[in-house]
Amino acid sequence: MSLQFLLDGLISGAMIGLGAIGVTLTYSILRFSNFAHGDLMAWGAYAALVAVGVVGGLAGPIAPLSFGLPLILATLFAMGFTAGLALLLDWLLFARLRARGQAIIVVMASFGASMALRNLLEFLFSSSPAYYSRALQIAQPVGFGIRITPDQGALLVMTVALVTGMHLFLTRSQRGREMRAYSQNPALARVTGIDVSRVVRTTWIIGAALAAAAGVMVGTLVQIRPLMGLDLLLPMFAAAILGGIGSVPGAVLAGLIIGLSEAAAVMFIGAEWRAGVAFVILMAVLLVRPTGLFGVTER
Amino acid sequence: MIDLIGYGAFFLSTALIFAIITLGLNLQWGLTGLFNVGIAGFVAIGAYTSAILTTPDTPDRIGGFGWPILAGWAAAMALTAAAAGFTGFATLRLKSDYLAITTFGVAVVVQLAALNAVGLTGGPFGVAFIPRPFAGLQSDPLAFNLVNLGIIAAVTLACYLALERLSRSPWGRVLRALREDERAAISLGKSARSYRIQAFAVGGAVMGLAGAVQAHFIGFIAPDNYIPTLTFQVWAMLMVGGSGSNRGAVMGAVVVWAVWIGAGWLTSALVPVDWQARAASLQIVAIGVMLCLILLGRPQGFFGPRRGRGME
Repeated sequence: MSLQFLLDGLISGAMIGLGAIGVTLTYSILRFSNFAHGDLMAWGAYAALVAVGVVGGLAGPIAPLSFGLPLILATLFAMGFTAGLALLLDWLLFARLRARGQAIIVVMASFGASMALRNLLEFLFSSSPAYYSRALQIAQPVGFGIRITPDQGALLVMTVALVTGMHLFLTRSQRGREMRAYSQNPALARVTGIDVSRVVRTTWIIGAALAAAAGVMVGTLVQIRPLMGLDLLLPMFAAAILGGIGSVPGAVLAGLIIGLSEAAAVMFIGAEWRAGVAFVILMAVLLVRPTGLFGVTER
Repeated sequence: MIDLIGYGAFFLSTALIFAIITLGLNLQWGLTGLFNVGIAGFVAIGAYTSAILTTPDTPDRIGGFGWPILAGWAAAMALTAAAAGFTGFATLRLKSDYLAITTFGVAVVVQLAALNAVGLTGGPFGVAFIPRPFAGLQSDPLAFNLVNLGIIAAVTLACYLALERLSRSPWGRVLRALREDERAAISLGKSARSYRIQAFAVGGAVMGLAGAVQAHFIGFIAPDNYIPTLTFQVWAMLMVGGSGSNRGAVMGAVVVWAVWIGAGWLTSALVPVDWQARAASLQIVAIGVMLCLILLGRPQGFFGPRRGRGME
């Protein structure tokens, strides 16, 4: 038996985990499950694709990676662009509906926005897959029969850096403390003078930027398609709930668990049933421990 | 002229099948406030159940029991109600978003099973030779279309009357009470969770029935019929019609389906062939934007009762 599936699971788990951070923050701070989050991811991937097309001639790839400075710059641009898109959506749609106070209407609006965003991508870029680079990569053996490509290694390091940075930001910075305070008790946070609109803005910026990073990661390691976000939506929701709503380390850990379970399912059951794994985990969590691994009991 | 009547009958039949689904959604959302993003999944469960039970025996697939059509419909309703009831049971003690996420998952898993459980569902090729009511008339397309329209209209009317009656019954009053003021209803001794599960299951049964009726109307089903776009169309229909009103649900279904068909006809007439796939996605963008605009500007819809459903 090859242990390669462990690495495959780790990689897809990292993508799910990065996306799930945004889902869990949106849920705990803005108090709705954002069905358009996967589409923010896809928009990030396509924004980077366009940016790479513009600046691609600047420098060649950094050996042994398949990408170089252009994609790194493009990723930064995509993170900024997606954050802007999320803020625009919030201003146009979500903020207005939130003000009316019916949470479930906001969920529904996110569902409508998701459909519109995804099909707009299909309109602009057609549904055929795209790639940042056509370069082939040779996987290097790292022991135990596992092989890893340089790209996979670099993106795992990027994930670790982003997640660590995110965790430090939420636990150590003033803005992060404000966000956690607001998620625990909005009324009290308001009374103590926390600028609520700033908290909301920060939440969108972080969630969308991480979604864009995850989108570029999927685009680099798999492919870029308009449906890529929709396919990851259920695993991301499952990870956010399994990790415990509001918990960033929980979301990442749960993302890894789901990624590894999916890889195990591909290995032992069959690749065609992969998409069902997240649902099985979701149902198990809801029936056995709805607060998730690190969640707190709901008030 | 005969062609036109035949086409009109076909159009109206499809629209009324959508109307049945929308009526089911109206019970779940309009009356009870339960958010279902997996409509396509529940419709598919109904369609496949009835198709597997009523088709003639096939060697390469489980099923083909040759049941009568009405028995297939009843089984479709029962199984979809059970699936919806279980979904509600697992999630309705939690926050409302969890129901939405879980129904989304149900649709994903049903689609997956339809595609991959080849021995049961026929896989990507679907199930064919589903018996059609009054198949003896098939040599005369016009009569056949009209008879089918009659059957579908009768089913729609039956669902409409039953749901109207239900929503006026003491049971329906409890659902409304729970939606408007949960605490007050609970303090009167009504179990919020149990009533919601019941409403979700009954709504699911109506959707399953619609799926079964459609399967027998077309005579062929495949996984592609049950993609998220279906869920989305039904939501647009309910929002246009006005959630909370059964009359609105039916009107919304017919109007949105007419707009959808009209837009499709326009794009195929005006847009060059290479661009038609892209234009089709623009059609969905337009519906998505419309849904958001209705939520923002006219949450009570266009055909419902004057009084809103208490959005403010």
